[in-house]
Amino acid sequence: MSYFWVIVALVVVLALAWRFLGSYMEAVFAGRVRFFAWAERPVYRLIGVDPEVEQPWQRYAGALIVFSGMAILFTYLIQRLQGSLPLNPQHLGAVPPALAWNTAVSFATNTNWQNYAGETTMSYFTQMAALTVQQFVSAAVGIAVAIALVRGFARRNSPTIGNFWVDIIRCTFYVLLPIAFLAGFVFVGEGAVQTLAGTVTVHDFLNGTTQVIARGPVGFMEPIKQLGTNGGGFFNANGADPFEDPSALTNFLSIALILCIPVALTYTFGKMVGNRRQGAALLAAMAIIFGTWVGFSSYAEHQPNPAVAAANVVSQHQGNMVGKEVRFGSMQTTLYNVSSTQTSTGSVSGANDSFTPMGGFGLLTGMMLGEVTPGGVGSGLYTILLFAIIAVFIGGLMIGRTPEYLGKKIQAKEVKLASFGVLVMPITVLVLTAVAVSVPAGRAGPSNAGPHAFSEILYAFTSQANNNGSAFAGLSGDTAFYNILGGVAMLLGRFAIIVPCLALGGTLAAKGAVAESAGTFRTDTPLFIGLVIGVIIIVGGLTFFPAVSLGPIAEQLSKGLF
Amino acid sequence: MAPAGAAGAGATPAPSTGATPAPSIGATPALAPPQAPRGVAQARSLFDPEILRVALWGSVKKMAPQVQVKNPVMFVVLVGSVVTLAEAIVHPGLFSWSITIWLFLTVLFANFAEAMAEGRGKAQADTLRRTRAETEARRLLGDGSEERVPASVLKRGDLVVCEAGDVIPSDGEITAGVASVDESAITGESAPVIRESGGDRSAVTGGTKVLSDRIVVSIVAERGQTFLDRMIGLVEGANRQKTPNEIALTILLATLTLVFLPVVVVLEPFGRYAGTLTHSHGSVSVVVLVALLVCLIPTTIGALLSAIGIAGMDRLVQKNVLAMSGRAVEAAGDVQTLLLDKTGTITLGNRMATQFVPIGDVSEQDLADAAQLASLADETPEGRSIVVLAKDRFGIRERDLGEDHVFVPFSALTRMSGVDIGSRSIRKGAAEAVRKWVISEGGTVPAGLDEAVERLARAGSTPLVVADGARLLGVIELKDVVKEGIKERFEHLRAVGIRTVMITGDNPLTAAAIAQEAGVDDYLAEATPERKMELIKAEQGSGKLVAMMGDGTNDAPALAQADVGVAMNTGTTAAKEAGNMVDLDSNPTKLIDVVEVGKQLLITRGSLTTFSIANDVAKYFAIIPALFTATYPQLSRLNIMGLHSPKSAVLSAVIFNALVIIALIPLALRGVKWRPTSASSILRRNVLIYGVGGVIVPFIFIKLIDLFLTATGWY
Repeated sequence: MSYFWVIVALVVVLALAWRFLGSYMEAVFAGRVRFFAWAERPVYRLIGVDPEVEQPWQRYAGALIVFSGMAILFTYLIQRLQGSLPLNPQHLGAVPPALAWNTAVSFATNTNWQNYAGETTMSYFTQMAALTVQQFVSAAVGIAVAIALVRGFARRNSPTIGNFWVDIIRCTFYVLLPIAFLAGFVFVGEGAVQTLAGTVTVHDFLNGTTQVIARGPVGFMEPIKQLGTNGGGFFNANGADPFEDPSALTNFLSIALILCIPVALTYTFGKMVGNRRQGAALLAAMAIIFGTWVGFSSYAEHQPNPAVAAANVVSQHQGNMVGKEVRFGSMQTTLYNVSSTQTSTGSVSGANDSFTPMGGFGLLTGMMLGEVTPGGVGSGLYTILLFAIIAVFIGGLMIGRTPEYLGKKIQAKEVKLASFGVLVMPITVLVLTAVAVSVPAGRAGPSNAGPHAFSEILYAFTSQANNNGSAFAGLSGDTAFYNILGGVAMLLGRFAIIVPCLALGGTLAAKGAVAESAGTFRTDTPLFIGLVIGVIIIVGGLTFFPAVSLGPIAEQLSKGLF
Repeated sequence: MAPAGAAGAGATPAPSTGATPAPSIGATPALAPPQAPRGVAQARSLFDPEILRVALWGSVKKMAPQVQVKNPVMFVVLVGSVVTLAEAIVHPGLFSWSITIWLFLTVLFANFAEAMAEGRGKAQADTLRRTRAETEARRLLGDGSEERVPASVLKRGDLVVCEAGDVIPSDGEITAGVASVDESAITGESAPVIRESGGDRSAVTGGTKVLSDRIVVSIVAERGQTFLDRMIGLVEGANRQKTPNEIALTILLATLTLVFLPVVVVLEPFGRYAGTLTHSHGSVSVVVLVALLVCLIPTTIGALLSAIGIAGMDRLVQKNVLAMSGRAVEAAGDVQTLLLDKTGTITLGNRMATQFVPIGDVSEQDLADAAQLASLADETPEGRSIVVLAKDRFGIRERDLGEDHVFVPFSALTRMSGVDIGSRSIRKGAAEAVRKWVISEGGTVPAGLDEAVERLARAGSTPLVVADGARLLGVIELKDVVKEGIKERFEHLRAVGIRTVMITGDNPLTAAAIAQEAGVDDYLAEATPERKMELIKAEQGSGKLVAMMGDGTNDAPALAQADVGVAMNTGTTAAKEAGNMVDLDSNPTKLIDVVEVGKQLLITRGSLTTFSIANDVAKYFAIIPALFTATYPQLSRLNIMGLHSPKSAVLSAVIFNALVIIALIPLALRGVKWRPTSASSILRRNVLIYGVGGVIVPFIFIKLIDLFLTATGWY
């Protein structure tokens, strides 16, 4: 399939997901789809929740924090105890504390930053019971927050924003499990490995070598890795390992799964607030930035690699093939990696580190914009809503009215919460990067010299604070320093945005609606889309311009203009 | 070659001077939007030398940290300038001193902007204070005698006597008498107004002057709480509270400032690390970092924010409207429903004769002749308009009726008026009354009457039937004349999403006709205070903000309920206290101006915020290459402006940042232009001017400043 047809097919699949998955999710969260009620009921009874009782935002946030805290604890304990737990054919020992902490936080925050090689560190039990479970529930948490925030816009004078437990259970039962289960068959059918048996040892008589081939329950883990925008692969090579991503079909399916929920949620949003155009407007803002970045990075990766050119050994008519997934070519690898960096997924089918400086700049800045294009499951929507609120505020002032969005007045409290939510990520990234470059433990990380070393550190914290999880590689991240600091980045990047979002949902839900008139600032027009894009780019640009100029920009400029 | 003085021949005669309403209350030319500011709001040029002088001193006084801390953005600049000052003292150099001085100037300019805005208010307050100068009151004692006391000792409930030439000592209600009062001290309107006990014109304001007659006033406000005192406080902006929107914007600006702090501070370790990586000197100068911080934080809007708010109130004062709070001004910009009284706002206020409709074989001229005779002695505006119409249509002049005539005045009982000349009895009046009269005189009612009367009534006019003895002549059409230009104004309002509702005591038929002619969106006929109140509550219930204007005591509850309640200055004290604005001109169309000022206020804030943030792009391109070229020479490619040296680049950015505040003061004080068009077109225009313009402008000026600095040869 040529690149062109891949793009066409992707657009068609996403359009269908937008329309049908979007409206299906609305029905799920409104409680109208209940065919798994028989399975829901025992779960509610087990955790002692009355599904009919809704929560004000404080209790919603409280439940979320407790749940995520427990998730971190369980994931940590399983890793530490895996030596004594079943399903460990390779007899892997306990994961070291700092790494276990980093990994626990990483999976519970939907980041999936991996400072380890899965096949040599985690037992099958850990992969399944700890990591894969988190890939489901952390995705559900993100979606639940987005839904709760949107309820704030949709409701009038309501003290509550939904029930956290009901939201995550329904999300898991009705959305994540069915899709992941069905897609799992495709992956396995295409050749992704799915077994509980241990490694295989192969003797290559021709070359006289012996190879140990890792296996595991990979095929059914793969869909949720993408669908939940998690990105944490079974193997170290992630999507570049043929056991994870066996064919062109699964490669395409991976990209589609990554994008489908974040895209579809904009439809859910539009339907919930009673105006689909509102959702379409946000999707348009996401798509324009995403498209631009794919184009930019693809162009960059189409350039020859200067180091290879200097060696003058191969023709580079395909562009920079260093570190690319050779089965799918540089374009599809770039599309995969851009999709994964702009959705807070972080799975990769090529080495980010080997991208050209400007290609790497594309990946890095895609995250720096706040993971909203379309962003992670749920997190993309709730974060872009924060940007939209700021856009509405400034735009509303410029037309001479107290700004309102979807009938809700945007006042001091909303502005406070939205700007806090938007700015917590850049501050986290910059401050932690500053810490890392200032101390020996941090400076020991990068394996490269020059501006590229700085890019590696900056990328690591950008990725973690955005709950992305993709790695630039080249950074030795499995040290106590990076494990602990990275955990902090992930926690802040997740919960310091979620809590303001829920507070915002609560504040908005409690408000009445303002009537719309011809003087109301329309938020479903190209002008508004432009304004949202402007705010996203300006906030990202103003906060990160100095930092990126010391990394990828300095690196690129040293090789001449782009 | 225009034919001079040719009256336009047409069916609708222009009501000429004869028909001006009687001793009018605050008679302003109702619909002349660019009114020359008067009275309180003396026109002052933007840079009045006296205000400039006061403002210059004020900007120095405002340097005090306890003042600065209220404005987080400028406080950061002040702290930054102290840091560079310390650096300049420790490591003296032309560069660090230049930066320090320009940072101080930045703060000074911000203070200057605020002081300018306040200065205009202060100057107006001084004018008002002169009015308040110590007056003497003639207090009425229980036994009817008078005593002379200073106005300052008056208590609520005291009765004072004011005669021609006296200044009314304090706010009060007239309990006895009627007087003409010169209120020019408050309103600037030199024509005297009539104040009388009872009814809705009984309120008098302290500081105004009685011109004729004698009144007894019951004092309602003590010293310090009078209308004049409140006015002084308001125009001075002494206890100005930040408005909700201003607070929200301040939060956004503070957050931006807060985020730029780490953005800049981390450059120190980043630079140091880059130095290690490249084995070069990577440390970054503190002065440059502070300069970068000040350039990035939104100083432009931070400096002008409070000036914009004060100037907004000031602009209202210039339109002779006093807002009791900034909140009300802001709410005015959001108003979605305007309740307008028909009389005086939409129509000229009096019915005018516009047509003679003869019935049967009567000629139009005969009808006009009889109607004119019947109206000669009728001094009501309607009566006079009949005389005028007869003259315009048929050249029938006023005539001497000789000795043998008796005028029959209008009475509520007969509902007719007219004249008896010899044996002739001409009557005009309500259809029912004249019909009965004709029958009683032995005549018959012609068949066409009912049809004509009904047709006129349906068109919203008042039919006035004329009879000469037993002979019924025809009908005069009395029409509410809708003000010229009001329809276009309502169209503008509709374009910006404001619904207009006409309030009238007329019957629904008449109301509908006028509503249609004036182009209002809706009307409330047979309005009573209760029904007004219901209407306001219903509109608010559907999430709309409502503005209304009123003057009577019975309007007070509705004024209090409305989000923006403008009380007329001629109104009762109760109305003035209930509303959140007072219109000194008592001109009902003011409501529209108030809405405009409210919108302008927000637009100015939003536009300057956008401009301020958009400026950062150019500043980055000036400073970042300057900051790091020592470490990464290749970054000089980012110096797209081709600035001379790192020092001149940084200084140019700082100077631009300071000067742009001064350059924008006039805009902040005047407000960004607002045109009544759709929200999208306003937004598109402002994004283009202040967003895109805000990106481009600094590139040009930073380059120019750099060229200048380079020319000095010092940097």
